[in-house]
Amino acid sequence: MAAIKYEKQKESKMRVVTSNSRNFTSDRTSMAKNQLQPNTWVDAYADYLFNYAIARINDAEIAKDLVQETFLAGLKSAKNYKGDAAERTWLIAILKRKVIDHYRKTNSKKGKAEVKINYSAQTDAEGDWLEEQIADPFSNYEHSNLENEELGLAIQSCIGKLPQKQAQVFSMKTIQGISTEDICKELDINPSNLWVMIHRARTALMGCLNETWY
Amino acid sequence: MISCKKAALICNKSQYNEATFIEKLQLRFHLVVCKTCSKFSKKNKELTYLCDKAGLNSLSEGDKRKMKEKLQAGAE
Repeated sequence: MAAIKYEKQKESKMRVVTSNSRNFTSDRTSMAKNQLQPNTWVDAYADYLFNYAIARINDAEIAKDLVQETFLAGLKSAKNYKGDAAERTWLIAILKRKVIDHYRKTNSKKGKAEVKINYSAQTDAEGDWLEEQIADPFSNYEHSNLENEELGLAIQSCIGKLPQKQAQVFSMKTIQGISTEDICKELDINPSNLWVMIHRARTALMGCLNETWY
Repeated sequence: MISCKKAALICNKSQYNEATFIEKLQLRFHLVVCKTCSKFSKKNKELTYLCDKAGLNSLSEGDKRKMKEKLQAGAE
């Protein structure tokens, strides 16, 4: 009797071990799932990267170019991607280098000369240029700016999690401020359809932002 | 009396200033009696505020299309 009990115990223990190892292998496969899918990049990450770039560059055109360069560079060095980091993290890392390179270029000798000419041309008209260079000690601007950037990236990554159509409608309506009629015309949907999508997107975003930002 | 579904629709519309005066009035009355909707409305307003505050930027569809084309060209 005792022997049977022991066997049963052993069996149940073994079952636990096998189920554990099964979990482990499924973990492994999900780890290895970090693969690059360049065809989805633009839809999934363009806005996120653009927000990241524009917070550092302050020029929409240049930011756009940098995002484009980032995608191309990512494509070029796709074989160096090991799958350790998520796709987005990897792309952000590339973009970071691009931003640094941009500033390095404008701060090179040639770039500096250009900037100086611009500046003196500006100050010729104004006269009192020293005051412009002094930081305002009471300014809260930098801090709030930083917080807003974090908020922006949080919202953007939440939008990225929405179904593509909802994300598209929401960003057209909320961020680009396009009128309801125009969106309906462009996407070929009727207004009640649009409001349903907006409603779903907003509810999902509330849930997504809930933990950190409310 | 309007339904909760309609109230949510008006609430969403008013986030984009697209609700008419009568709709807004209807929503007000509904919010007085319906706790769930007033909670939703509060959260919805907050979301609008957060989106405004974040100063979000996004690329237009045309820009994205161009990017896709360039990426395709780069892939080949």
